[in-house]
Amino acid sequence: MIPCEGGFQTRPYTVGIEAMHCAMNSKVNQIACDLIIIGTGMAGMAAALFAARKGLDAALVGITGELGFASGPLDLLGVHPVAQGRILEDPWQGIVDLCRDEPLHPFAKLEIDAIRKALAAYLDFLQAGGYPHAVHGRRNMTLITAAGTRKPTYAVPHTMQHGPVALAAQAPCLLVDIQGLKGFSARQMALSLEAYWPDLRPVQIAFPDAAKGELYAEHLARALDAAPVREKLVAAIRPHLGDAQCVGLPAMLGFYQTVRVMEDLQQGLGVPVFEIPTMLPSVTGVRLRELFEQRLPPLGIRPFWQQRVLDVQRLNDGRWSLGVGYAEVEHRVIARGAILCSGRFFGRGLHARRNGIQETVFDLPVVQPMDRATWHHKDLFDPHGHPINRAGIAVDEQFRPVDAQCNPIYPNLFAAGSILAYQDWMRQKCGSGLAIATAYGAVTSCGAFLT
Amino acid sequence: MQTQVLIIGAGVTGAGLARDLALRGIQSIVVEKRDVNNGASGGNHGLLHSGARYVVSDPASAFECHLENQLLKRMAPHCVEATGGLFVAVAGDDEAYIAGFADACRRCQIDTASVDLNDAREMEPALSDRLIAAFGVDDATVDPFKLCLDNIADARQHGGQFLRYSQVIGFDIENGRIQRTHVRDDLTGRTRWIEAQVVVNAAGAWAGQIAGLAGAELAMRYSKGTLLVTQSRMGQRVINRLRRATDGDILVPGGTVSILGTTSERVDSPDVIYPEIHEVDAIIDQGAAMVPALADTRYIRAYCGVRPLIGGSGPKQAGDDRAVSRGFALIDHGRQPEAIANFVTITGGKLTTYRLMAEKTADLVCRQLGVTAPGRTHLVPLPNTVDARWTEPGLAPNTWLRTHSPEDLLVCECEMVPQSVVEEIVGSIKKQAGRPGLKAIGLRSRIGKGPCQGTFCSQRLAAHLYDRQHLANHQGVGELQAFLRERWRGQQPLLWDTSLAQAELLEAMHCGLFCLELEERDRP
Repeated sequence: MIPCEGGFQTRPYTVGIEAMHCAMNSKVNQIACDLIIIGTGMAGMAAALFAARKGLDAALVGITGELGFASGPLDLLGVHPVAQGRILEDPWQGIVDLCRDEPLHPFAKLEIDAIRKALAAYLDFLQAGGYPHAVHGRRNMTLITAAGTRKPTYAVPHTMQHGPVALAAQAPCLLVDIQGLKGFSARQMALSLEAYWPDLRPVQIAFPDAAKGELYAEHLARALDAAPVREKLVAAIRPHLGDAQCVGLPAMLGFYQTVRVMEDLQQGLGVPVFEIPTMLPSVTGVRLRELFEQRLPPLGIRPFWQQRVLDVQRLNDGRWSLGVGYAEVEHRVIARGAILCSGRFFGRGLHARRNGIQETVFDLPVVQPMDRATWHHKDLFDPHGHPINRAGIAVDEQFRPVDAQCNPIYPNLFAAGSILAYQDWMRQKCGSGLAIATAYGAVTSCGAFLT
Repeated sequence: MQTQVLIIGAGVTGAGLARDLALRGIQSIVVEKRDVNNGASGGNHGLLHSGARYVVSDPASAFECHLENQLLKRMAPHCVEATGGLFVAVAGDDEAYIAGFADACRRCQIDTASVDLNDAREMEPALSDRLIAAFGVDDATVDPFKLCLDNIADARQHGGQFLRYSQVIGFDIENGRIQRTHVRDDLTGRTRWIEAQVVVNAAGAWAGQIAGLAGAELAMRYSKGTLLVTQSRMGQRVINRLRRATDGDILVPGGTVSILGTTSERVDSPDVIYPEIHEVDAIIDQGAAMVPALADTRYIRAYCGVRPLIGGSGPKQAGDDRAVSRGFALIDHGRQPEAIANFVTITGGKLTTYRLMAEKTADLVCRQLGVTAPGRTHLVPLPNTVDARWTEPGLAPNTWLRTHSPEDLLVCECEMVPQSVVEEIVGSIKKQAGRPGLKAIGLRSRIGKGPCQGTFCSQRLAAHLYDRQHLANHQGVGELQAFLRERWRGQQPLLWDTSLAQAELLEAMHCGLFCLELEERDRP
């Protein structure tokens, strides 16, 4: 049996194994590859990166919109145990404790060293892509959010780097918000955080040359890629600077040119500047998405952006045959192996009906609570987290989805990211770390299978 | 504080009573432990019954409903949508009940007309093709929030006062009279006392608790009813199942949505109630027999109310609580064993008959005060006030589209509520010495009631309220938590398909990023 906790069960499943001829359509473009990665969120993008680094011939298919919901901070493990809400300073020790306390957690399928290597490779890629991230001595840092709360995280884009430093130092700080940018109030943050950072001073300014009315962070970020706009922004902020030793702004400081934007603003103002995560979707996520979209194909990844897997068959020789397209099948991808990184309900990797949860691509068995009455607690903020968030795909040590007897269902199908069971990335604050580390694990196993 | 009449509870009955008394020239103060329509007045279909639903089980109530239905359409037309209604039966329903229905209506003087089945399906295309009978009736819909807020606004116009978040914690009783009522302000924690010549307990499901504070015993039963809100309007008319009342047999349109209900489950206390998953499933399965699309439509929200039923807590198996009379109970505690001369309880009843309940109560209060002025609420139309206007679906977007200036940003994008509307609501809350929190604004507008269920508008509203200095220190964190918790109560039993994906995004932002679940532990 699948090891079950708290009344979880595995539902019956069916995967069609169909003859090849029924799906072959001569008008459809056919492609053969080593590996297909399904899903273009954090896990799918990371898997593609690792596959390329291994020299695998990989295709990547998915709707990339969801990555725009990445908020900027890169969590590894921020809270354990969840029920106690204990915030971790040392995520690496936290992972050791987590794997001891929750041996089914996906992190427990990896050596610590593999998690370190995965993160390092991912951060190197971002650095090379001109969007470096900062880590503070292998410990978690604390950053402030638009809701006037504090969040533990492991790494942040360089644009957010100074925030946690300034909070730790309790440096006098000017918080700037922008007229017309909704959901981001410097006054809200300054007042809400007073107990933790007394020297916050809020100010609202008009964005240079902006029309009256609603503004969007992505437009402002793209505007700031131009040097003259940066100069004007500096000029608008400078009169309010006073004794501030740093300046916090909404996440909007450049799009492709974040390094230049940060240099110019800090030089112009004479103090460090940092971004604060905004409501979702956010500029930080869109930056990541575009970086992957631009940098993965040159590494040899064959992308099918804004397409999805519409049908799946397993050929007699064990290879996967996938119909790929937006509304109808445009390509047929024949792959020796597949990695499923299709996400949860928001990403559409899982789908819930009133009577249960299904996996949407392969109809894999989904580990889930016994019935809908126990999917969620009655309190949104219940300290235990909602049981449905720990539902998902159970995998073996090689990240292969398993059946009710814990046996891998297919030797050449792997899963990674938030679709995996036995984790609650939102409460454990481990979303990016989980995506990157399990993608690394799945690609490693898949690579071993292929060779 | 001193007043002629103290009214406990700001549901529609308390609000209607305040207005009725005001029109007779009598001063009153309404105290409410939460906010308007906190109980059954806010947790119902918004149905203005024709009375036909009760013709077999409770003919007296049916006739009262019929009269009040006709009256309210004239006296408060801005709160009412005269949709008309259908009673329909599908294959398998009780044919004896169907056969006796028209006669039973006639005996209660309720107009009904048999409708040809093809015509019925043409009138309401969502109806099942398994119909076996259909009757047209005079049902209508009523916005209970608008109704309550307008009654309070008119009472205040005539000198009445309204205190929100003010909980009655005790009475000083001397010589068989309530001399003083002690009230705690739950926002500040301060207590004060109010001297009134007459005290009216209009606390609905909480009437037993209030009576208990005065040493009076009032045996009550609590019957919970759960309702579901669909994403779009499923019909033009009220659609009732033509059978003895049971689960999921009324579908009521309300602006751009429809409301499907209800259930009847005995609960031990009116205080902590949730719409439960098994109720949701029962309502949908039953409703789909009448309107098949109800099986697959998206539901935005579930909510529930407690029907206060007088008559003690008999054994739970002793039949359906729906069979208990929906008539109201007006109790003069001077004539009860406790013999408190200036204490009156009004409870039970229905939204449809709220005006009549208020009138009968005011008549009794007037006799005790020695006032002879007759009630006038059946003659003087209820004014349409600004306080209540933003609860109406579709009004905010219409106004915004017609008049909007580029600076007037939308706070709630689903229901298109702009900053200017928020400011107007804040103004009216402040006039009543209230604090303009997220929940209070949500109650008075459509904010948070669209498909995103507060995911985005909660933080946008918090940021806006800080910018306009309506929130101070770290109030915003607690406000966000309270608002999202309240929304969650109604989402939690409906989370599958698209709604579950939406809820995951909500949690990703408010827990994953904002860590609101961790704040809980930090801040008292």
